[in-house]
Amino acid sequence: MNKHLLSINDLSAQQVIEILDTAGELAKISDGPMKKLPTLRGRTVVNLFFEDSTRTRISFESAAKRLSADVINFSAKGSSVSKGESLKDTAQTLQAMGADAVVIRHGASGAAQRLADSGWISASVINAGDGTHEHPTQALLDAYTIRSKFPEFNKSFNGLRVAIVGDILHSRVARSNVLLLTKLGATVTLVAPPTLIPVGVVDWNVKVSYDLDSVLKEIDVLMMLRVQSERMANSFFPSEREYSRGYGLDITRLNSLNPNAIVMHPGPMNRGLEISAESADSHKSVVLAQVSNGVLVRMAVLYQLLGGATLTGEVSV
Amino acid sequence: MEFTITNARLLDGSIVDLAVTNGVISEIGIGLSKGKKLDVGKNLLISGLVDLHTHLREPGREDSETVATGSAAAAKGGFTAISAMANTFPVADTAGVVEQVYRLGQEAGLCDVFPIGAVTQGLAGKALAELGAMANSKAKVRIFSDDGKCVSDPLLMRRALEYVKTFNGIIAQHAQDPALTVDSQMNEGIVSSKLGLVGWPAVAEEAIIARDILLAEHVGSRLHICHLSTAGGVDLVRFAKSRGINVTAEVTPHHLLLTDDLVTNYDPVFKVNPPLRTERDVMALRKGLADGTIDIVATDHAPHPAEEKDCEWQGAAFGMLGLETALSVVVKSMIDTKMMSWSDLVERMSISPAKIAGYANHGKMIKVGAPANLTIIDTEGSWIVDRNTLASKSKNTPFEGMQLPARVLHTFLNGKQVLRNGEIMNGGAIE
Repeated sequence: MNKHLLSINDLSAQQVIEILDTAGELAKISDGPMKKLPTLRGRTVVNLFFEDSTRTRISFESAAKRLSADVINFSAKGSSVSKGESLKDTAQTLQAMGADAVVIRHGASGAAQRLADSGWISASVINAGDGTHEHPTQALLDAYTIRSKFPEFNKSFNGLRVAIVGDILHSRVARSNVLLLTKLGATVTLVAPPTLIPVGVVDWNVKVSYDLDSVLKEIDVLMMLRVQSERMANSFFPSEREYSRGYGLDITRLNSLNPNAIVMHPGPMNRGLEISAESADSHKSVVLAQVSNGVLVRMAVLYQLLGGATLTGEVSV
Repeated sequence: MEFTITNARLLDGSIVDLAVTNGVISEIGIGLSKGKKLDVGKNLLISGLVDLHTHLREPGREDSETVATGSAAAAKGGFTAISAMANTFPVADTAGVVEQVYRLGQEAGLCDVFPIGAVTQGLAGKALAELGAMANSKAKVRIFSDDGKCVSDPLLMRRALEYVKTFNGIIAQHAQDPALTVDSQMNEGIVSSKLGLVGWPAVAEEAIIARDILLAEHVGSRLHICHLSTAGGVDLVRFAKSRGINVTAEVTPHHLLLTDDLVTNYDPVFKVNPPLRTERDVMALRKGLADGTIDIVATDHAPHPAEEKDCEWQGAAFGMLGLETALSVVVKSMIDTKMMSWSDLVERMSISPAKIAGYANHGKMIKVGAPANLTIIDTEGSWIVDRNTLASKSKNTPFEGMQLPARVLHTFLNGKQVLRNGEIMNGGAIE
């Protein structure tokens, strides 16, 4: 296993499967009477959040605590982008405090990699979302969720058809998911107005469509992305209503999906914009499963990165 | 005040001695021995390099560079004349500031420092600065630029182009449409899409170049395009020249060698404005420089202190050091690739820039009566870039650890040796 998890590119398909398998083992243990494992006892995990994200922070915090790690939440408001405390000073502070792993969420693309590469810190770095670059644990938990719904794709996603719909251009979730899904063999179609598709998408090994209705029948997984209304101010699309009419998942579109298809969303959802309330709450929606799987997958990542012990806490030799 | 440089190789391959008297080449021949002698061991002697695009940071950001440290970097790089960009604090938009920078250059005495004046007050792009006052000052400014910012208002650009005709001035445009590059971080393309960094489309540069060459044609003025970085930009300049429009263009050494895939590790030492582009752009720039579409190489030497690069990409400053590596990088990208000769290099890095800027004592052919602004180069040598040994006050070189061809051995400024065997001279052993 690698020292850091900065991008899905850091992982081979085999390593992805191992993480998902480990998460599966952890799920079995979590269903038992002892939810808490001694695996990371005495280790310190720092949640370093330069951006607010209560859900991601709580997910990592609960993952670390269920492995008995000590958790420090460090909410660093304002990065050097806004001339607040610099990433370097913050990192060196954490180093002095003896962090074993740093889970970083930052508004600047590449911040996690800078933290890992710069020599400011010796801890393992886990990217919990960097700007509009990547959010690898989100892609892992999405893959775990897909696997749990489609057991036939347990070892590979060959033949699995996924559409990712929405603001691809600004989405770290989309970038990580494209890398992971294509790595495992899935066929991925990106659906968005052309303004929200990156110019470099030709290099991504995906299909692109501007027409959501034409892809709905041909997919197993529909992944909806959050659309921020501030994009409208920059003319990425004319209005929320026009976006919603073209790319929102309403009940008509939900009903035209294949019977076994699932609907995913990384949250938080804009109900009524990219997804209607009926779609969000329908039996096809796996949004809540994504949340609970998030803790398992993040436990698996922490366990694999920090290593050194078996799941039950015996030091391996 | 007389000395002789012996055993110098000229561009035509001949080995000669040069006598220098009172700052001027007084005799060229064989077996000369006027005053002290410096044997330069058959290394290449050329007219001193001239840079039309240098950020010296003084006044205001003396933590990153001063006129004195920048002048030392220039001398080490073989430059005898550099042009200080206007984006200082305060901005060089008045006669007072340009005279201060000019005087600091004279005091440092390591190369001639010619200030560039701002086009608009405070580089704000709203109202013309006192261009005439700067032109008529002791600094005799002829190049005006809002570099770092684009004069994006087309009417203001037109006025500036027209106005400088009174004193044969030239507007050096930083071609970057601001509306197309809000928050832009790197070249827009395959790499930016993957890295999730806001893209900087080539069209943002090309649209301004297209507009400005048409404005220059319309008002019959001189236009200089700073740091051309795109293949499309080269095509536009080629088109303008074919129409007889009075436009000149520069390219930086880093845009001749480096590409945007270097950004992949998010190391801000590769963050620069205009951004590193693709292999295709690099090849078009080389071709443009070789065929003369691009007139000159200019460094865009842009020093920054450590804290402005030792951070996340988005928070880092734009810019790279250039003076001390320029010659070697041009040799690597243009001469080692057989696209240009040493004569071409002297044309692009000494003669043409001096001509464009009107620096009368620089960029002259090596002949009797020419000012002794000279550079002597070991064309066969090589060196490994070590940022800790640079004369610049900053360390943000993108060429760190790279082995580069050709070494600058000696530099003479107006007949005074300022660099000897690669070391800055403080008080000349020969002059």
